[in-house]
Amino acid sequence: MNRRTLLATAALGLGLSFGGAAEAQMDKVKACFVYVGPIGDGGWTYQHDQGRLAVEAEFGDKVETAYQESVPEGADAERVLTQMALSGCNIIFTTSFGYMDPTNAVAGKFPDVKFEHATGYKRDHPNVSTYNARFYEGRAVQGTIAGKMTKTNKIGYIASFPIPEVIMGINSYYIHAKKVNPDVELSVIWAYTWFDPAKEADAAKAMIEQGVDVIASHTDSTAPLAEAAKTNGAVIGFGQASDMAEYKPSPRVSSIIDNWGPYYVKRVGALLDGSYAQVDAWEGIPGGEVLIGEITDAVPADVKAEAEAVRDAIAAGTYHPFTGPLNKQDGSAWLGDGEVSDDGTLLGMNFFVEGIKGEIPQ
Amino acid sequence: MDFYGINPAVLIASLMVASVPIMLAAIGELVVEKAGVLNLGVEGMMIMGAICGFITAVHSGSPMLGFLGGAAGGAVLSVLFILLTQVFLANQVATGLALTLFGLGLSSLLGQGYNGIKPPATKPLPFGPLTDIPFFGRILFSHDAMVYISIAVIAAVWAMLKYTRAGLILRAVGESHDAAHALGYKVVRIRVLAILFGGAMAGLGGAYVSLVRVPQWTDGITAGAGWIALAIVVFASWKPWRVLIGAYLFGGITVLQLNLQASNSFPIKIPVEYLAMSPYLITILVLVIMSSGRGRASLNAPAALGQNFHASR
Repeated sequence: MNRRTLLATAALGLGLSFGGAAEAQMDKVKACFVYVGPIGDGGWTYQHDQGRLAVEAEFGDKVETAYQESVPEGADAERVLTQMALSGCNIIFTTSFGYMDPTNAVAGKFPDVKFEHATGYKRDHPNVSTYNARFYEGRAVQGTIAGKMTKTNKIGYIASFPIPEVIMGINSYYIHAKKVNPDVELSVIWAYTWFDPAKEADAAKAMIEQGVDVIASHTDSTAPLAEAAKTNGAVIGFGQASDMAEYKPSPRVSSIIDNWGPYYVKRVGALLDGSYAQVDAWEGIPGGEVLIGEITDAVPADVKAEAEAVRDAIAAGTYHPFTGPLNKQDGSAWLGDGEVSDDGTLLGMNFFVEGIKGEIPQ
Repeated sequence: MDFYGINPAVLIASLMVASVPIMLAAIGELVVEKAGVLNLGVEGMMIMGAICGFITAVHSGSPMLGFLGGAAGGAVLSVLFILLTQVFLANQVATGLALTLFGLGLSSLLGQGYNGIKPPATKPLPFGPLTDIPFFGRILFSHDAMVYISIAVIAAVWAMLKYTRAGLILRAVGESHDAAHALGYKVVRIRVLAILFGGAMAGLGGAYVSLVRVPQWTDGITAGAGWIALAIVVFASWKPWRVLIGAYLFGGITVLQLNLQASNSFPIKIPVEYLAMSPYLITILVLVIMSSGRGRASLNAPAALGQNFHASR
């Protein structure tokens, strides 16, 4: 071993030991966030930014945060992530499904930086954690309201992309609407975007013109509610990701609120006190990550009580939204009587349940 | 008169509404390009129009003032383009792209605090009993004023370009600015006016998005409509009525594909991927067919498009 390699080895050793020390405990954490839309979307990204602000409020001087809005899913994301890792971020939250591969690719190059990917399932490196929320639990509550409230027996779902997360929501929404109203029929429109207000409004309009009178959306803006508002109360909808309270009491009759703050505070806190470890987090209504926004007076009291009963049963852990007997769309058996779906099936869900018309784009 | 749950009258009525923003922006850009200027900043001017129109409408309570504010917002942003390309002779392509980026950022800044506010509603024009005529009443007499204004603008631009002296001069400037200059026409002044008109029309289109189609303000609300408008100008081979056809075709296919998706009873199942890409696919297809016809002349592009002019040359 000559002197140069000896020095290099020593430097490497030093680096490693410092790295280890840094992981044990940190005085100050720089937490960075990558957003898929603008903070002003009033929905998905807005809620993630609320989580970021909660981190700032919790830790004050011990934390520094940074974020970038409207980062496209794909090669651009990799550039943004690399830039963030180089600029001294200790933990990077990537807040959309499409960042999955870029997150894992960049994580491989920066083993000392922690990466947290929302709604994904790939953890290729020890420094990648994933976190998600059980939105389908909220969809169960919405489905109950939708089934009871529809007068035309036609309900709609504006879907973004055909990924398990969205398909789960559609299935849960339909199952619970069907449960309280066997005649209900579901229309699904795939918008192929997370954020395009004009397109979302057009999708809602197309549904309304075909007689749909309850619309749930899985896209990020408030545009579908704005479209429903034009009908003077004939069509109702739900707040998605954020409360969307400005459309209360109708057309917004309830909402699913993503509450990321507690998770972000927990993870940054763990990094500060040295207890940080890789996780695959998936909390829902019981853990407080999914909140059901106020059910307004536009909904009759008995329907409201029924919806709240569903919510409370899920919160208490006594009811799982995917409880058998349930068949797949093609009629084949999926869950037997009383059987509950395992998380693995849900996370890879690529089929509709029996009764839904239309196909999932493959 | 429904076809598998889709009512054709309602469908046509909604495609007319959906097409208004791109139609207004495209007819403005057509005039700009006819004058020999390529302004790629349509998207930026549209979104400036969207936020300025929204702010004006919210504070004044009047949608009509909102539309005027939107037009003013788009025109003000185009002044920047005028300054850079007509005074400092900067590259038009680069300046246009910069204008889009700048407009997106500035609109986001101006829009702080306007999220979640509802603008005053734009009512359909009162046509009385005419609205109740079966089929045609829904298509022709159920819209707000802007739908009719947008068609009137197309007609006015067509008449101006084809029949008036001003139109002839504008076209001359776009075909050969040196010849027009030699004849004593003020090339730069004419182009400045054309760019201002283009900015105002893009702004008006943007205001229609934030005041009528999606009555709210969210960042990035135009979501690429300006780029579609640019494509439609080429699609229309710089002819005003074809802008209307192009905008209705694009808007129509967009609305139709959403309706086909929502309809559970439509007998032929077209895969959603094809439906989603159909507006763009058909636009490209028509472009290819049109440009393959009688050689480049049929494309009808103004000869001096994108070239800067200075009297000293």
